[in-house]
Amino acid sequence: MDNQTDYKRIERRAAIGKVLSRTVVYVLLTVWAIVVLFPFYWMILTSVKSYSAYNSEYIPRFFTLTPTLQNYVDAFTAVPLGRYFLNTLVFTLATTGLMLVVITLAAFAFARLEFRGKNLAFTILLSLMMIPNELVIITNFVTVTDLGLRNTFLGLILPSVTSVFYIYLLRENFAQIPDELYYAAKVDGTSDLKYLLKVMIPICRPTMITIVILKVIECWNSYVWPRLITDDPGYFLVSNGIQEIRENGIGRENIPAMMAAVVVISVPLILLFLIFRKKVMAGVSRGGTKG
Amino acid sequence: MEKKNGKAWLYLLPALAFLGVFMIYPLVDVFVYSFEEGYNSASQTFFGTGLYNYSYVLHDPYFLQALKNTFLLVIITVPLSTGLALLISLALSSIEKLKSLYQTVFFLPYVTNTLAVGLVFMILFKKTAYTDGLINLMITWFGGSSVDFIDGPYWAKMFVLCFYTIWVVMPFKVLILTSALASVNQNYYNAARIDGTSKLRIFTRITLPMISPMLFYLVITGFIGAFKAYSDAVALFGTNLNAAGMNTIVGYVYDMLYGNSGGYPSFASAAAILLFAIVLTITCINLMISRKHVYY
Repeated sequence: MDNQTDYKRIERRAAIGKVLSRTVVYVLLTVWAIVVLFPFYWMILTSVKSYSAYNSEYIPRFFTLTPTLQNYVDAFTAVPLGRYFLNTLVFTLATTGLMLVVITLAAFAFARLEFRGKNLAFTILLSLMMIPNELVIITNFVTVTDLGLRNTFLGLILPSVTSVFYIYLLRENFAQIPDELYYAAKVDGTSDLKYLLKVMIPICRPTMITIVILKVIECWNSYVWPRLITDDPGYFLVSNGIQEIRENGIGRENIPAMMAAVVVISVPLILLFLIFRKKVMAGVSRGGTKG
Repeated sequence: MEKKNGKAWLYLLPALAFLGVFMIYPLVDVFVYSFEEGYNSASQTFFGTGLYNYSYVLHDPYFLQALKNTFLLVIITVPLSTGLALLISLALSSIEKLKSLYQTVFFLPYVTNTLAVGLVFMILFKKTAYTDGLINLMITWFGGSSVDFIDGPYWAKMFVLCFYTIWVVMPFKVLILTSALASVNQNYYNAARIDGTSKLRIFTRITLPMISPMLFYLVITGFIGAFKAYSDAVALFGTNLNAAGMNTIVGYVYDMLYGNSGGYPSFASAAAILLFAIVLTITCINLMISRKHVYY
């Protein structure tokens, strides 16, 4: 008899312990989730508060009963937010598109073709991965300035159309395709370029999508190079636009309109992420660096 | 296989051209710049060669301030963010319900624009004539006195910068650690359970060694990333970081190149090379330490 009750007590204690540790785990996760989400909530909340309501709140309120979209209208009319948006879109699409062509050709050469100096060239390429951007940006700034490309899309785009890391990533993927496919295609008289386009690229589509996603995130958020190379608001990207808005634009006082601009800028990438959630996370864990 | 020299180089040409112009040439050039004294970017002339640029940078109070800020940022954020990420990843991998919801939420900061969300943090922490701001309101709830985190005392500004930096870098670390934890072979855990091993012992003797390569990877990239901090600071304190006393080494480089006090590529180059030397040294030290503690 005694033994039985003992077991029960042990079982109950174990169950309580389990519930307790579960609770601690969920509390921890929920606290961090709130820390992550709160800035987003606050930016959306502030963006729908009216200007006068926001400024009369000495103690900020956690909700609003009279939401307004006027701030979004202000954000687009008081500063050329639409323009910044369009610039960023053009910059992102052009950079990503050009980069894909450049890195695919290079990765193909390294993975598929035999030529003298291949190993040496590839070793040099790999060692270039260690070079931080900060080291080369100084001369690039001087180069682009000397070429008269400041405040042009060309000047914005050119330095970022190659990425050593993505060439490497794609080459590794290309190299996994069995040689037999290539010989079969050769027997059929397929040209190298056609083989690349019709066989290799379709097989390696997941990797290419990963690269595109990572590059789009990078382009959309890029700040340093555009800041150096543009001082004409006509060529500002969203990051520079938001900095401009903060310093001279809508005015430090009109914070609701500023937050509306922040919401508009943040939405595209968040949408992209929510749609391609699995791809984005897999891509970042394979080739992301930020942290 | 037959050699196709000409054709292969033709495929490589675009990449080589871009890398040559925007990476290899600048790499050589940055060293040249850093030794050219009194270089003038308008007339492209210089007085002589030597180490003057380095000595100027090392005696510049703004650079020393930037150095101090960057080191503080690195020392505070790298251990804190890695530890917190480990804690959260462990919690994440112990649950099944709502796991992917939490994962999605935790990843959000990665896809947000650092400059844009930095503005939200600024508003949350800032104290103006109209309002004390939300964070100060919370501090007063708990009986503290409000402080301006954006234009106020140094420790307050440093706190916000570290907090925001951690907020920004967490998604990457949580993602990497969660997948590292998921890839640990379950057999080890089952064997330990049969032996009645305590949870703490399982963690220190199985989990930690198994994920140590990834943990170490995160520490190295964390150090490198934190040494290059810049846009987080701009987002919080504006572009004139020297005036705010919150400049970082990278910020100093850009300000020297083009900013309020700009137009000195030589000084910028010297500062960039100093930064590179620091990062290289720290990474080497990290690698040496890792030999003793990482199990591959």
